[in-house]
Amino acid sequence: MSIKDLNRSLWVFHVNTGSCNGCDIEIVAALTPRYDAERFGVKLVGTPRHADVLLVTGPVTKDMKDKLKRVYDQTPDPKVVMSIGNCGNSGGCFYESYNIDGPIDKVVPVDVYVAGCPPRPEAIIDGVVKAWKKLEDLEAKK
Amino acid sequence: MLEKKKDADGDTSYSISVGPVHPALKEPVKLNMSIEGEKVTGVDFELSQVHRGVEWMGTRRNPIQIMFLAERICGICNICHIMAFSKAVENAAGIEVPARASYIRTIAAELERIHSHVLWAGVAAHELGFDSVMHYTWKLRENVLDTIEYLTGNRITKAIVTIGGVRRDIHEKQVPRLKETTDYYLKSFDKLGKIFLKDPVVKSRCRDTGILTKKEALVTCAVGPTARASGVRKDIRVDETYAAYPELDMKPMMPDMVTGETRGDVYDRIITRLLEVKQSAEIINDCLNQMPEGKIVYEEKIPKLLAELKGVEGEGTGRLEAPRGEVFHYVKMVGEDSPYAWKVRAPTYNNMLAWVPMLMNEQIADIPIIAASIDPCMSCTNRAVVAGKTSSILTQENLHRLSVEKTRKIREALK
Repeated sequence: MSIKDLNRSLWVFHVNTGSCNGCDIEIVAALTPRYDAERFGVKLVGTPRHADVLLVTGPVTKDMKDKLKRVYDQTPDPKVVMSIGNCGNSGGCFYESYNIDGPIDKVVPVDVYVAGCPPRPEAIIDGVVKAWKKLEDLEAKK
Repeated sequence: MLEKKKDADGDTSYSISVGPVHPALKEPVKLNMSIEGEKVTGVDFELSQVHRGVEWMGTRRNPIQIMFLAERICGICNICHIMAFSKAVENAAGIEVPARASYIRTIAAELERIHSHVLWAGVAAHELGFDSVMHYTWKLRENVLDTIEYLTGNRITKAIVTIGGVRRDIHEKQVPRLKETTDYYLKSFDKLGKIFLKDPVVKSRCRDTGILTKKEALVTCAVGPTARASGVRKDIRVDETYAAYPELDMKPMMPDMVTGETRGDVYDRIITRLLEVKQSAEIINDCLNQMPEGKIVYEEKIPKLLAELKGVEGEGTGRLEAPRGEVFHYVKMVGEDSPYAWKVRAPTYNNMLAWVPMLMNEQIADIPIIAASIDPCMSCTNRAVVAGKTSSILTQENLHRLSVEKTRKIREALK
């Protein structure tokens, strides 16, 4: 499987569902000059309605559960959801908290998991490439 | 989302709510504002979106396990939380930290301050609509992250502090790399100063915007750079000194050192933070020059340390100056595996109250930069559950757009 030319740039929307900010600043670091994912057209957009990929961080607190669901519903199909960081993948060090409805795959279907606490920008970019492949498969099926 | 209201005099005001998922906010928080035309007439905010019950989980784990949890209270200023927690436990158990470990802690904390303030400068530039400046400052920030990784093994969550000392020593051959980093930031200070302090557009956006007077800063109990920019001479590193700070020559950075006056506006807060980047680089240089030799940790064997901590009965506090202001940790140990109580107070909790006087009577387009000017950190703050209505509102991306438009207009007017 290889990345063919997607007929558009990949746009991402970032949802913080109670993360500690570690993953969030690494996402921004992946977009800024050192790693520069923007040179491939990957862009952080301001609304889920413009996004192809949802970058979800955090263990999903009770308060953010239905907000995450609404953001997911607002994202047009075909879409890919990435769970970034250990607490989003499994609960991480917050696993036993009373205020958590996560991990993310309990709330919305997740396609790509990026491990790390926080993951390095390289790992996030690798995850985006996997999301890109998945998106192409979804487009091909359409 | 807009809601129309009429008051007793028949004047129409609108209430606008921003967040919790919103492009102008990097973290979930909900701001409710009443507006009349372009003017903000009322401000309120709702928290609890990032509440993870960290303190509660802490009372079910042993102090070594809590250290990992404490680091994950906040990803940006993680070292302050682990240091404050360690200090509280050391305080309760009467553990003495070796001198060399104090110096290494100070160096790690100051590297973090550089990273946090440079990150903030980028966020502020983004809120003003200068995305190229944001990319430039984040490029500057990569240098300190590389050095942090070189010293501790991680870019963000450093895991260098432990109860009774630090985990890794700074070797002789690592010192030149650290000095290179401090030189780099001392040099780039001039460039950053030129971008943020000399540029006429930045100046006219930030001067006299979001004013917090000295009295208001004292009333709202503002801390850190937010308080110092309003003329409150308050810095835990000097007032209640800790780690290696008593042996260093330092004083709180105030905006009047550059401009000769204190106005307490967004511009002053930028000056304070930029001065602190320079100060941190100088502190690291001083630490490297006068660091003593010796042990780096009170007890290397973790089971032995845990056994000792299990017998501890008493209370301890840890106060220190995080990049955003004062962090306070309280721990009560009752001779069991896990502490009986653990309480955290992070700086944004105080600084958020300062939003109300700052945002009052300002324009809607200035909300993003004023909100960002206290360097808010929600994951630090949301420790208490806020009872009340839990309506969820997703709103338009108008705010950021308005801010960018205002910058554009000013740039054109200044041509």
